[in-house]
Amino acid sequence: MNRHAIAAVVALSAVLGLGPVQAKDWTKVTIATEGAYEPWNYVLPDGKLAGFEVDLAHDLCTRMKVECAVVQNDWDGMIPALNAGKFDGIMAGMNITPKRLEVIDFSNAYAAGPAGLMVPKSSDLAKLPGTGEILNLSKDDPHNKEVIDRMRAMLKGKTIGVQVATIHANFVDKYFKDVATIQEYKTTEQHDLDLMAGRIDAAFADDAYFLTTLSKPDAKDLTLAGAEFRGGDVFGRGVGVGLRKGDTDLKAMFDKAIASARADGTLKALQDKWFKLDMMPPS
Amino acid sequence: MDFGFMAQTTVALLSGLPLTLELFVTSVLAGGVLAALLAWMRAGRVPGLSALAAAYVFVFRGTPLLVQLFLIYYGLSQFPEVRHSVAWPVLRDPFWCAVLALALNTGAYTSEIFRGALAAVPTGQVEAARACGMPRLTLLRRVVLPIALRQALPSYATEIILMTKATALASIVTLKETMFVAAKLNSETYRAIEVFLCAGAIYLVLNIAIARAVALLEWRLSPHLRRAPDALPGLDTPLELGTA
Repeated sequence: MNRHAIAAVVALSAVLGLGPVQAKDWTKVTIATEGAYEPWNYVLPDGKLAGFEVDLAHDLCTRMKVECAVVQNDWDGMIPALNAGKFDGIMAGMNITPKRLEVIDFSNAYAAGPAGLMVPKSSDLAKLPGTGEILNLSKDDPHNKEVIDRMRAMLKGKTIGVQVATIHANFVDKYFKDVATIQEYKTTEQHDLDLMAGRIDAAFADDAYFLTTLSKPDAKDLTLAGAEFRGGDVFGRGVGVGLRKGDTDLKAMFDKAIASARADGTLKALQDKWFKLDMMPPS
Repeated sequence: MDFGFMAQTTVALLSGLPLTLELFVTSVLAGGVLAALLAWMRAGRVPGLSALAAAYVFVFRGTPLLVQLFLIYYGLSQFPEVRHSVAWPVLRDPFWCAVLALALNTGAYTSEIFRGALAAVPTGQVEAARACGMPRLTLLRRVVLPIALRQALPSYATEIILMTKATALASIVTLKETMFVAAKLNSETYRAIEVFLCAGAIYLVLNIAIARAVALLEWRLSPHLRRAPDALPGLDTPLELGTA
């Protein structure tokens, strides 16, 4: 068989969702990231990818003794592209949720952080109740409901920006949709721009992302406000490596590598380097 | 392929169709007015105006619509002067930003179509009308515009079909039109083929309707190209042509 014929067969099998043929012997792993979610993953001015997940991907590949390539892919096409065989894993701040588990598999979590609202300092929302407090939605605590109800009262009639098809969109849909208008964006950077422009009153995303936004001079008039949230059925189990369902061997390799990075302190060191928050998932 | 899912998807996508149509109609109307103005500026003998119109067409035809939309929506809003200006209530609204970008863009293309159509009016006919002593406005209304309109129609149909497709770009400025709904469904169900096939079909049906409507108008405007018995009474008089 000549090279063209082989290429055609590989392309065809990718299209048909058969996946790569080297299922047993992984020597090279391609990992996709979004490149627009600092500090998780972002693009440097020279076009190179950087961030917590890019560093972690290289560390995990070294532990798995495979060659590693980190590529960029649009957030909303990430899962179909994984299943189409365009890459082998997703490390893009993607949370493990039941809905995603229907179509792909995940490694164990390598990070889990709270999410919250960012608002302009001058707005009345800057005085949202619960500011600085982290609510664990996995616990059935009447205090959670009380804080959320007080936040809902203040968010009445406001517009909240959120990235489309994220757990953050699911969260605002579940807790704020009936009182506030939800505006959905393709990337989180776009809702930040609209928040600065005053088109929306608040944005909801992961706190680690917002802390990075707030460290930039453009965001000097913005602040985090209201309670921060984690756990529960929306935030689930944290962020893991998204993998094709059939690649159980690769999942085992990632799980082992993550456990080893956690055991020797590398995971904690990388989290401390990139986040100003406790991001360690529950073990 | 799951046809039940596709039927469901189509119903969901149709919720975005009214906004797609609003974007399309508003921007084609505004773009048409702008194009007429630009074509008049180009055709006129005032050198400054003509160069201005040419420069406008050069810029708006030479840059991607996506870039124009980003500049209008995310770009302008970065200036506090813009945010505190009287134009802000309009520029704050994603719908008007999208309409503005679409209209400015189609205005540039359409003005070229109009300009070409005006240039294609046979000089013999204009001279004949002048020789009869026809006043300028009557000449414009009864000879130049009917002929130019008929000449412009085929390329204009292409342009407005391009416009229905260009409205899909509005999805990036948070407008929940057909493409936005499709992208959202795709990222929720991960079934790209079904979702985008349905979205494509909706645009296709929309464009078939537009193409047929323009073809009908063209047919009504060219009775002289048909056999006599086909023509409806009164349609072949120049007066009717001018007002059609």
